[in-house]
Amino acid sequence: MNQALVNHSFQHRQAAHCETGVASALLSHNGLPLSEPMAFGLAAGLSFAYLPIVKLSGMPLIAYRMPPRAILKGLQQRLGVKLHFQTFSDPAKGMAELDKQLDQGRLVGLQTSVFWLPYFPETMRFHFNAHNLLVYGRDGDDYLISDPVFEEGVRCDRQALQKARFAKGALAAKGMLYYPTQVPQQFDLATTARAAIRKNYRIMMNAPLPMIGVKGIRYLGKKIVQLSGDSKKSERYLPLYLSHIVRMQEEIGTGGAGFRFIYAAFLREVGQALANDRLKEAAAIMTEAGDDWRKFALLSSKMCKGRSPMDSKLLQATLNGCADQEAQAWRLLKQF
Amino acid sequence: MKREDVPQDGATSTYGGERKLLYAVDANGDVVGVPSAGWEVESEATQSALDLIAEQCDAAWARAQQGTTSPLEYYMYYRRMDVALLAQTSGVWQWRIRRHFNPQRFQKLGRKLLARYEEALGLTIAELQTLPEQPLHESSTR
Repeated sequence: MNQALVNHSFQHRQAAHCETGVASALLSHNGLPLSEPMAFGLAAGLSFAYLPIVKLSGMPLIAYRMPPRAILKGLQQRLGVKLHFQTFSDPAKGMAELDKQLDQGRLVGLQTSVFWLPYFPETMRFHFNAHNLLVYGRDGDDYLISDPVFEEGVRCDRQALQKARFAKGALAAKGMLYYPTQVPQQFDLATTARAAIRKNYRIMMNAPLPMIGVKGIRYLGKKIVQLSGDSKKSERYLPLYLSHIVRMQEEIGTGGAGFRFIYAAFLREVGQALANDRLKEAAAIMTEAGDDWRKFALLSSKMCKGRSPMDSKLLQATLNGCADQEAQAWRLLKQF
Repeated sequence: MKREDVPQDGATSTYGGERKLLYAVDANGDVVGVPSAGWEVESEATQSALDLIAEQCDAAWARAQQGTTSPLEYYMYYRRMDVALLAQTSGVWQWRIRRHFNPQRFQKLGRKLLARYEEALGLTIAELQTLPEQPLHESSTR
């Protein structure tokens, strides 16, 4: 076991987001070249959801994309890819199965907990159980890992990797590993992209709940104004709440603006491939929406640090601006 | 965001020297991946979350030294958890965990329960039962 076992044909590539990065690398390696933005867009990954019932350190969950595994599942559905998913109740068996698949020369996807991965910088280690990565080889006690959010390939020892795969709690991975068993070598971009954009349109524009989609963005703005009017909460809770939103928006995953930019990249790429100006226009608007999200993060950050006075109306107006931009892009996309 | 506007705030970064990929618009209007060394706004949000954890660690450490809480509470914060999260990862009810913050009760805990904490916190039972001589975390009063 001392001899290194490495999948030499595999090339690590950095991505903005773990699941789309893994999907893109896994499919590209298996004969279906697919960029990260394509993986995100074709899986209809963009969303917005304000979930007050799901708490993260006592604060509501705010999601800027579809829930974990939605990308992999969406691609299965839309591209006819077949992925084999497997979870384990016995960690030893989970590690043995990983070794077996690597020995056969497979590139294996894993769901892990960020906190227990030792190659993450200390400052980035928080408890998030749905982090995806690829294993492309083994060298003694170390696994060779292509973690999409890192610039280069990384290493992780066996014990730590097992811990990261079997951490319990919300979204527990239960050692989940996956690899493709069937990958089509081509697909029709026009029909696939159209179906994916339609589906995403429905999520963003026709959600039945006020906390989801474009309406959800406005809902968040209202919530902020509401909190600032509540004398019990405006002093201490509101700054914490804003800081939490910024963290959810920027740090966890790739955040609110980041996903808008990835989706813009998808629209641009499809627009170029199909020579469709409407898509390119929508891409530009979606980029502006991302810029507005960053403006919102900047404003919130200044206000919760006390560098500028708390102005909930301004925050609401900025969020409504994001919602307007996104709605405008989606109305254009509806005609595609 | 334009390619040249991708933030490169390396000095205040919380990426530990790593760079993250962002998509930005290049001169042709194409949207391309650009590595970012950090963004001050994001770093501040991360840092305030880290500061909060450090404060919780400091306080729990001091209480554990005075004997008013068990080492369990310290290790929980050290592993960046709170009672709700530890309950999820260990499968022990929140109210029971709080009871185990009582030092006397914690020292009498059976192996079965300790094993649950052992697994959730990634520390041996022997480690869990003693407070280390020096804090393991980086104190908030740096």
